[in-house]
Amino acid sequence: MADLPPAFTDWFVSRGWSAHPHQIEMAARAGSPSLLLIAPTGGGKTLAGFLPTLAELADGEYDGLHTIYVSPLKALAADIRRNLSSPIEEMGLPVRVEDRTGDTSATQKKRQRADPPHILLTTPESLALLLTYEDAPRMFRGLTRVIVDEIHALSESKRGDQLMLALAELEAMTPGLRRVGLSATVEDPKGIAAFLARHPDPCPILFADPGPEPDISMLETAHPPPWSGGGAAYAIPEVMAAIRRHKTTLVFHNTRAQAEIFFYNLWLENDEALPIGIHHGSLAREQRQKVEAAMAAGDLRAIVCTGTLDLGIDWGDVDLIIQIGAPKNVKRLVQRIGRANHRYNAPSKAIIVPANRFEIVECVAALQAVREADLDGDPRGSGPRDVLCQHILIRACRGPFDASAFYETVRTAGAYADLTRAEFNACLDMVATGGYALRAYDRWQRLKERPDGLWELRDPRAARDVRMNLGTIQDTETLKVRMKGRQFGRPLGEIEEGFAASLVPGDTFLIGGQVVRYEGLREMTVEVTRRADKKPKIATFNGTKFATSTQLSQRILGMFRQDDWPDLPRHTADWLALQARVSHLPRADRLLVESFPHDGRQHVCIYGFAGRNAMQTLGLLVTRQMEMEGLNPLGFVSTDYAVLIWGLNQVIDPEPLFDARDLRAAFESWLQSNAVMKRTFRASATVAGLLERNWGAQRRTGRQATFSSDILYDTLVKYDPEHLMLQITREEAMRGLVDFGRIEEMLTRTQGRVDHVILDRVTPLAAPLFLEQGRVPVMGEGRERLLAEETERLMAAAGLQDVA
Amino acid sequence: MNSAALSLAGETLIALPSGALHWPAKGVLVVSDLHLGKSERMARRGGALLPPYETIETLTRLAGDIEATRPATVLCLGDSFDDLLAAEAIEDAHRDTIRRLQAGRQWVWIEGNHDPGPLDLGGTHRAEVRLGALVFRHIAEDGSPPGEISGHYHPKARVRSARRPCFLTDGRRLILPAYGTYTGGLDWTTPVLRRLFADSATAYLTGSRVLAVPVPRAA
Repeated sequence: MADLPPAFTDWFVSRGWSAHPHQIEMAARAGSPSLLLIAPTGGGKTLAGFLPTLAELADGEYDGLHTIYVSPLKALAADIRRNLSSPIEEMGLPVRVEDRTGDTSATQKKRQRADPPHILLTTPESLALLLTYEDAPRMFRGLTRVIVDEIHALSESKRGDQLMLALAELEAMTPGLRRVGLSATVEDPKGIAAFLARHPDPCPILFADPGPEPDISMLETAHPPPWSGGGAAYAIPEVMAAIRRHKTTLVFHNTRAQAEIFFYNLWLENDEALPIGIHHGSLAREQRQKVEAAMAAGDLRAIVCTGTLDLGIDWGDVDLIIQIGAPKNVKRLVQRIGRANHRYNAPSKAIIVPANRFEIVECVAALQAVREADLDGDPRGSGPRDVLCQHILIRACRGPFDASAFYETVRTAGAYADLTRAEFNACLDMVATGGYALRAYDRWQRLKERPDGLWELRDPRAARDVRMNLGTIQDTETLKVRMKGRQFGRPLGEIEEGFAASLVPGDTFLIGGQVVRYEGLREMTVEVTRRADKKPKIATFNGTKFATSTQLSQRILGMFRQDDWPDLPRHTADWLALQARVSHLPRADRLLVESFPHDGRQHVCIYGFAGRNAMQTLGLLVTRQMEMEGLNPLGFVSTDYAVLIWGLNQVIDPEPLFDARDLRAAFESWLQSNAVMKRTFRASATVAGLLERNWGAQRRTGRQATFSSDILYDTLVKYDPEHLMLQITREEAMRGLVDFGRIEEMLTRTQGRVDHVILDRVTPLAAPLFLEQGRVPVMGEGRERLLAEETERLMAAAGLQDVA
Repeated sequence: MNSAALSLAGETLIALPSGALHWPAKGVLVVSDLHLGKSERMARRGGALLPPYETIETLTRLAGDIEATRPATVLCLGDSFDDLLAAEAIEDAHRDTIRRLQAGRQWVWIEGNHDPGPLDLGGTHRAEVRLGALVFRHIAEDGSPPGEISGHYHPKARVRSARRPCFLTDGRRLILPAYGTYTGGLDWTTPVLRRLFADSATAYLTGSRVLAVPVPRAA
């Protein structure tokens, strides 16, 4: 197909539009086996993706599934269905479009498999699920195009790897499949192209006009922000004023908990009762849909939201983006800003609100980076093997398969191009037998090799379990929250199991913007009432915490080299000047360490600027060294820029703690036995199918059938240290939560140059750390001592001191 | 000393950090809920293929406690195997280990709900055992006179942020923690467990050393 058919050109004209150059270009190159479009938000990206499909279907000759559209969000699939209906209806196209997500009814899903629509809108997980059915080849027969929307977001997670493995399978079923990727502005378009294309095919990239520069600034407030915290409640009056001055505002937060608190505070200030809604991933589906519908109808003046609104839903009239809290990552900020002013060629308007003093510095650095279009990002690693293990299970569900042919197919996914046959075989073996050195499960293998050499499920009924455990999104265990006495009513949302466990009847917390009172746990549901008479505890949600990128950290350290700070507000400049006077400002080429007593404990503050994950790891490593030196560390807390450790003894000489060789050695042995590894193990073992999804959750009756996956990890380390799952865990932890790479980067730039400053009190830069959430206990001698003291105290209080 | 002495119906018993109970006066070592063969049972039922190392790990710890206390009698308080088939399917090497541990001493398997039949593994097989003032059974019975020792519930305590398997006692009855490696736990304040004890009860936490702490009153 060379160009758009006349009916389409007429339609554009009738709407008073003209097709964007990149839309025409996409149509002209529709025959390309793969094609990546990079366009700013609002550039008509999605329509550009669909135009060739609509054109090919226009004559009504086509029967069966033609195009699959995959998006990372369920809501996006539903939204696209609505958006496609107008061109289809107005041009009278004989095209059937349906979505299929976790929210689609079972009847509808079943029907779709027997009689698929022309265009199926879905998510990576729902697509993977379709591939587990024996009838998949029939359903996908004739499929010719796949559109991957928001591919930049998918490429950052395992969901993207799972999707690309699924596309490799689809390609094997329907050769000649064309792939189209739609991406926001990214720092590495070639990387995304290689991720999308069938390996080793080339993938041409189209760049749409990036549009005008955004209008972006930092919020000026009457009062300076607080020293710590992420809520930015201080800025409520100014944010309210900004909402009043604009038509529709999106107020982005980095975490769900912060969104909840902010929303609550915003309403306290909302004298005019402007319609303001809240939207995040922990709210009940019905609740989210209500807000989405109100937004689409233009009924809301503002939505307080999280990353769930980062992606493509077309809200039309948003004219202001407010980002609460430092953006951590310049690329994400730019993409968020793009959410405003969907009218192409109008500048997006955005305001950044630093949540605390330190974030002012971070925001100013981020603004500079945006102006210089200096995007950040890390290169993609090779395809994770836990996802491959799950993919093998998915393949086995569909029916017997030949391992060699399957291996070749897997390698057509770019991320798995370098996978060796030995690595593949190890994954297959783990899926089949557990992969243990002790071959204990010969009788109970999950997969069996038949005499004809094909692999299949030992017990076909196991397919049900595979389907239930499918997906790579790691949920923490959550419990539904309902009003008491309304068992069948709508749930208000979900809270983390750990948070629910910390509640006692009478406690109050925020959910969906309302304060509720915890009454008790009934089955797997948290029951609440509206009798809220106490200040709310804050629900802790599983919000992904992004580390401040290396590039942004470098900019901040660069700013510290200045003698004065005309770009910073007076109060912040004064703060930095005070820090420089009583101690030092951290520098990129040296490691600043401060020691001071506070509140009866000795403290050490290390300014590593390596991002929150690496700083967390550094905290774990350094406290381990301190434990060995008998310094009795009790715990630590980390942020993107520093780690604060407290303990019973003072650190006299910190230099040996940062010896690169010791740290690396400590890292190796520490890796075996730390909480981050155990958490990573649990996540990866679940993805790989070695653990079931809700493993270890305390189920309703409190029966003791399940036990902590930590025990499995410890046992494996002890008896089977070479096990594949441990290798995978290590790989995962290194790239994600452990982030040792950035500690290496820190060690390289500081070269053992430690500046140790001993003071008699807390320093200006360390003070905010005392208010940080997320303290990590060190389970060592010091804590054992305190635990013993505590049990003695409790026994004495109970008059039982002579019992023990 | 990392263990703790406690008193039940006039007898002095030692709670070991591993979760085993030692009765020095009679030379008895008691362990409960070993759940040997748990991973095999899960795999057999089509569940996850867990690391098949819990039997060796549990037996290794038990061997350590036997070595340290040199008991004349070992009492296993039930749920020693995850089910009777798991007991049959036990590997020869582990069977030999158990035989070796049994050599030169009395060994009693008390029935549990998971292993309610005789085991072909040496030792004697009993529903419950009386020794002096004490009675040993798998599940605590309502109205039992003072001196009852049982398992079954896998009690776990929560102090500060630590969660540890624990012994629970009010001086009349004692419930042991689960000794097996692949065993979960039941919170010490769960009504079904808490109601078995008087208001004033003590937990002995397992870990690097045994710590005594009062059990919170019923929620």
